[in-house]
Amino acid sequence: MSQTYDIIIVGAGIVGAACAAECARAGLKTLVLDRGPVSGGTTAAGMGHIVVMDDSEAQFALTNYSRRLWMELRPELPAEVEYDSCGTLWVAADGEELAEVRRKQAFYTERGVRVEVLDAEDIRSAEPNLRPGLAGGLRVVEDAVVYPPCAARFLLDQSKRHGAELRTSVTVHELLGDGGVRLADGSRISAGRCVSATGPWSPALTPGLPVRKRKGHLVITDRHPGFVRHQIVELGYLKSAHSMGKDSVAFNIQPRQTGQMLIGSSRQFDAEDTAVDQPILERMLKRAIEYLPSLGRLSSIRVWTGHRAATPDKLPIIGPSVVGDRVWLATGHEGLGITTSLGTGRLLADLLLGRRTEIPASPYSPARFEGAKA
Amino acid sequence: MSDQIELRVNGKSIRVAGGTVVAAAIALAGVSCFRKSVLGEARGPLCGMGICMECRVTINAQPHCRSCQVLCEEGMEVRTDE
Amino acid sequence: MSERRFDFEIVVVGAGPAGLAAACMAAENGKRVAVVDDTPWLGGQIWRGQQARPLVPQAQKWIERFRRSGATLLDRTSVIAAPRAGVLLAEHANGPREIHWDKLILATGARELFLPFPGWTLPGILGPGGLQSLAKSGWPVSGQRVVVAGSGPLLLAVADGLKKLGAKIVSIAEQAQWGRVAGFGATLLAHPAKLAQAARIKWRLLGVPYRCGVWPVKAEGDTQIRQVTLTDGQRSWTEACDLLACGFGLAPNVELPLALGCELLEGFVWVDAWQATSAAHVYCAGEPTGIGGADCALVEGQIAGHTASEHKAEAQALFQERSRWHEFRSALARAFALRAELKSLATADTLVCRCEDVSLGRMKQFAGWRDAKLQSRCGMGACQGRVCGAAAKVIFGWGMESVRPPVLPARIESLISVAEKESAEGGKASTGSECRAPALREYEN
Ligand SMILES: Cc1cc2nc3c(=O)[nH]c(=O)nc-3n(C[C@H](O)[C@H](O)[C@H](O)COP(=O)(O)OP(=O)(O)OC[C@H]3O[C@@H](n4cnc5c(N)ncnc54)[C@H](O)[C@@H]3O)c2cc1C
Ligand SMILES: Cc1cc2nc3c(=O)[nH]c(=O)nc-3n(C[C@H](O)[C@H](O)[C@H](O)COP(=O)(O)OP(=O)(O)OC[C@H]3O[C@@H](n4cnc5c(N)ncnc54)[C@H](O)[C@@H]3O)c2cc1C
Ligand code: FES
Repeated sequence: MSQTYDIIIVGAGIVGAACAAECARAGLKTLVLDRGPVSGGTTAAGMGHIVVMDDSEAQFALTNYSRRLWMELRPELPAEVEYDSCGTLWVAADGEELAEVRRKQAFYTERGVRVEVLDAEDIRSAEPNLRPGLAGGLRVVEDAVVYPPCAARFLLDQSKRHGAELRTSVTVHELLGDGGVRLADGSRISAGRCVSATGPWSPALTPGLPVRKRKGHLVITDRHPGFVRHQIVELGYLKSAHSMGKDSVAFNIQPRQTGQMLIGSSRQFDAEDTAVDQPILERMLKRAIEYLPSLGRLSSIRVWTGHRAATPDKLPIIGPSVVGDRVWLATGHEGLGITTSLGTGRLLADLLLGRRTEIPASPYSPARFEGAKA
Repeated sequence: MSDQIELRVNGKSIRVAGGTVVAAAIALAGVSCFRKSVLGEARGPLCGMGICMECRVTINAQPHCRSCQVLCEEGMEVRTDE
Repeated sequence: MSERRFDFEIVVVGAGPAGLAAACMAAENGKRVAVVDDTPWLGGQIWRGQQARPLVPQAQKWIERFRRSGATLLDRTSVIAAPRAGVLLAEHANGPREIHWDKLILATGARELFLPFPGWTLPGILGPGGLQSLAKSGWPVSGQRVVVAGSGPLLLAVADGLKKLGAKIVSIAEQAQWGRVAGFGATLLAHPAKLAQAARIKWRLLGVPYRCGVWPVKAEGDTQIRQVTLTDGQRSWTEACDLLACGFGLAPNVELPLALGCELLEGFVWVDAWQATSAAHVYCAGEPTGIGGADCALVEGQIAGHTASEHKAEAQALFQERSRWHEFRSALARAFALRAELKSLATADTLVCRCEDVSLGRMKQFAGWRDAKLQSRCGMGACQGRVCGAAAKVIFGWGMESVRPPVLPARIESLISVAEKESAEGGKASTGSECRAPALREYEN
């Protein structure tokens, strides 16, 4: 047997990195393993929008908590993390969507989140390239954007300063009930506990885990500084109510510090491959051009895809697995894992060490799926 | 030469022979900096065949055009980073 | 409105020698053929400018034959994606184009290999082939002092071409040792036409120093290059110049073949004896399959053209000629193999990625290409690693990885195919208003 650790974290994406930073800071002897390079999974493919969300109270709690942690971390972040507090602009195309703006405004204001309502004229001056005639919008002032791969590396560097070890190009085959792991080459590493932070690949190590891959496409443009100023997202999803689970696209665009833009987004289940799906890409881009008519003339340099780790209730899975107290989970972050990584790391460390958590952890507990499973 | 084309490079008028590429017109206009790099260095064409993207300029208000692949046309407006 | 959708039996990508030869054969065999090329010229890199000013008889012959063949030329058309079997998406100044094919012949040629050394990003430093191409299209070289450096037979040809256009060639620096280059000269005995051509070039370049075992180590200048420092490994010296033409041989353009699913073998597109790739109905000819020069490309192109148009006997008749050129191709690779010193010309602060300005020192912190790319942004810029990825392969031995659309930077509207009805795949045409798709009451990021 090689060496003993307090905790082994499998996965060096942003979630594993955040868990490692918190565990190492708390004095745990920590080892991080990844079969690829640092942040080579979903973390390399996502958008990096740090956003407070209001789909459910639990989602709000975790995103709001996490965003606060990002804001606290900000002074320490190196330039390459590209933290930019550009804010989110939710755009309303018509009166019906404007009603959603008001609902959101009330929800956020009640909970202390800074927002501003924009009317038709405000939105024109806030984002001149948006098509004329939009009804208004909501600006969530303190939302931000980061560059996730470097954020994850920063968190890992932090954990290393507290004594953590990182090994890349190491594949884990099995999470052992005693807290250790078995590697692809058959060797074992022992530890008090292990954490699976393997994102969309987590069901491979934890069979039966209700995590599904949900494919997304993104397009990056060449540098066109100033074309958009906020992360802009449509509220248009209100119009098309049902067909849950079907392929969908929505207008979502992000300005990067480089002057580039990331254009999203799409969601597809049952598409495990990483190839670009031309029909859905087209739908996504047409949608974006509807909102930004001159976008079509800008230069694009790469299109890629990534897989979100989706759960049935759209909340992540954080805590001890049903296998027992030695195998822990930190996965299922769907389209919000960059945002919620910091909250996840803090919650996980608090739970591990028996500390009081700052927000209730039970909504994210793996135990919630126990009944649903055979 | 009879088939002369007139275009503007950074606002300055220049006449070139038919079949001249925009990159060549820029050089003929005495401009050596085609674009400013991310760190602010002056750059000019490297590959001359459309793959390196160093010769990108704005042509008729369209940014990021590869000037080595585009033929000069009458009345073209070409802008480099200055 | 200009035409947007095109249907052909055989589509050839690339209008260089391989592409033209392939198109001629296929069209002469009665097929409906189109040649697609990024540039406004026929003839690829080597024969560029031959339409306006015919100089090389071989070029003239093929270009004329192409004109008579009945094949269509889609020029200024960059192929940016292969969204599904039988379809290419392309971009033209007038808008997106969709090109349908039954058989596809890839003749995408090669680009020059650039290696970083201090000062290599200064304006006025171009690839020899690149400078030659630009000079044929009006770039002013007359009276300019040019140092030609790097590697390969191209250096001599370019020096000769530039001299004819009035440039003053200061010197030619070939990194390969004299012994190897002389050995290569001897293999030309098997190719009398090449030998004669080489002799003519040497004759015209009499008085211009051609030094083997010499390479550039530093370029200096203010707003553009003023002088270059050369070395033979023992001694270094500087030469004043207005232009430095520097390239270390050729690297194949395999991005489009990769996008079509063609397998590579040792960095080149794998083809069988019929020039067929591993992808169904896709053929490849010329430099992407190996750096063999124009004559090799012509033969391979003819074979591909015949095979794709089901004239196998005619294709087979050319096999022997092709093997002669493949010997030449191997000799070329042996003679001009890169010396190890070239891997360490760059210093820690020399930029390797010119799109994103990433230095060698920064890249060195990472274990592999993907790690370095994600953390330092090298290879993430507009050229998508075509320059720095090729250099990193030589310097670090790192392999480049997956190709993604667009194969070349393209307007966003060009990524949307023209025939919307078809691409909706079984569904209805997706018009702007019908694509109000998002179904979930949920944030879509
Ligand atoms: C298109 C798209 C857009 C998105 N936009 C946003 C956004 O704007 N804001 C936001 O907050 N979130 C966004 N997300 C979500 C976010 O990217 C993810 O939630 C987040 O990256 C998940 O991080 P992770 O560490 O859990 O997973 P990953 O980054 O996937 O990390 C898992 C790691 O585990 C490793 N691994 C897996 N199995 C093994 C094994 N057996 N052995 C060893 N290692 C293993 C993998 O190599 C990988 O590195 C987006 C996602 C997508 C796809
Ligand atoms: C905020 C943000 C900004 C970005 N900006 C840019 C940008 O400006 N420019 C840019 O180019 N990119 C950018 N990227 C994207 C990034 O470089 C990658 O493109 C991204 O990681 C996903 O790309 P990809 O799917 O093309 O995968 P790649 O990065 O190409 O990696 C694919 C990986 O999968 C492996 N692989 C491929 N096929 C197989 C197989 N069959 N089996 C096993 N493994 C396989 C490859 O070896 C490789 O490691 C950005 C990403 C983010 C998060
Ligand atoms: S000079 Fe390289 S793309 Fe134009």
